[in-house]
Amino acid sequence: MNQIPALVRVFAYLSLLTVGGGMAAFPEMKTLTVDVHHWLDFKQLIHLYSVGQMAPGPNMMMIVSIGEWAGGLLGAIVVLVAFFGPTAILAYVVAKGWRKLEKWPWRTSIQQGLAPVSIGLLLAGCFTMAKGAITGLETGAIAVAVLLILLQYKINPALLVLGSAVVGLLTFTAK
Amino acid sequence: MSETVANPALQASAAPAPARPEASVFQIFLEFLIIGATSFGGVVPYLRESLVTKRRWVDDKEFVEMLSISQSLPGLNATNMAVLVGEKLQGVMGSIVGVLGMCLPGGVLMYIIGYVYRIHGDHNIVTAALKGVAAAAVGLLLFTVVNLSKKSLSGNFDFVFIAVTVIAVNRLHLGVPLTLVTVGILAILFHHPRKQEPKASATS
Repeated sequence: MNQIPALVRVFAYLSLLTVGGGMAAFPEMKTLTVDVHHWLDFKQLIHLYSVGQMAPGPNMMMIVSIGEWAGGLLGAIVVLVAFFGPTAILAYVVAKGWRKLEKWPWRTSIQQGLAPVSIGLLLAGCFTMAKGAITGLETGAIAVAVLLILLQYKINPALLVLGSAVVGLLTFTAK
Repeated sequence: MSETVANPALQASAAPAPARPEASVFQIFLEFLIIGATSFGGVVPYLRESLVTKRRWVDDKEFVEMLSISQSLPGLNATNMAVLVGEKLQGVMGSIVGVLGMCLPGGVLMYIIGYVYRIHGDHNIVTAALKGVAAAAVGLLLFTVVNLSKKSLSGNFDFVFIAVTVIAVNRLHLGVPLTLVTVGILAILFHHPRKQEPKASATS
């Protein structure tokens, strides 16, 4: 089946939801890629997202993997363009206008208002993911440990993710 | 490195009307390609190091300004920053090559990882490691939430908007777009400009 048009539609739509970060779109991404289009299952989506945290660059590059699964090389390219094209054009247009609006009082209101909403969306995405990723005491402990270590020490998060892979390997292989 | 150090006044004076720094389209592409290939664990510190400290394409104040625009707009910080900085330096072409350079390394890597995972993802060892990785990603997200809350909230009432957003998406299943628009508008109205005479506002 040709999935290319669906990939374009889904990822162009998702891109517009990524206010404050890619995770804001995660609940919708789960619904569309897993429940509606069956490009992958929930566990795979969580795995790809999590592995993506170790890759450099924008932290949603796992969309490339979804595109590749659903539509091969063309699917991967199409997904990239659909996901980054619309928001890039928007940023380009707004960047020019926004500077002129420096004196506009509502500019600050918009920034102050969107801040808590984008944090809320991030948290909602985090909870959606936790439903699939936190399956017991061990995984809960890893998540809490990562949070506490990051709050306490200045350490590269990618290293912690890598370390957790090792912990997972040692903890879960036997079962 | 040494060509920009020649003028000490540049370092001393804070930024009144900075001249447009010279950067070719190729230089922009290369710089963002390097950031895109090396920014493990979050792009913002790498962006600052490269664009402000090393290249001096933007100054510190401008960088913070651009970052706050990036965060208020849809799109990822990494690519929005590439658009904004690219636009400043070389217009449309600067933006395009900025985004391209930013996405290329991670995109190629995830293409390969996705391919390998599709074939070997079911192995016992891989699943075990990924279980740990996914749990760590949740912890990392929670850290980002804490961090952003400390930095970008402008009052305790903002926590109500955070809670309402989470409930709307996760409990009421209103969907991200409806939640974003509804709670977004309420929150913007709540933070309406104070200096103007207080008009009847929609928030209570």
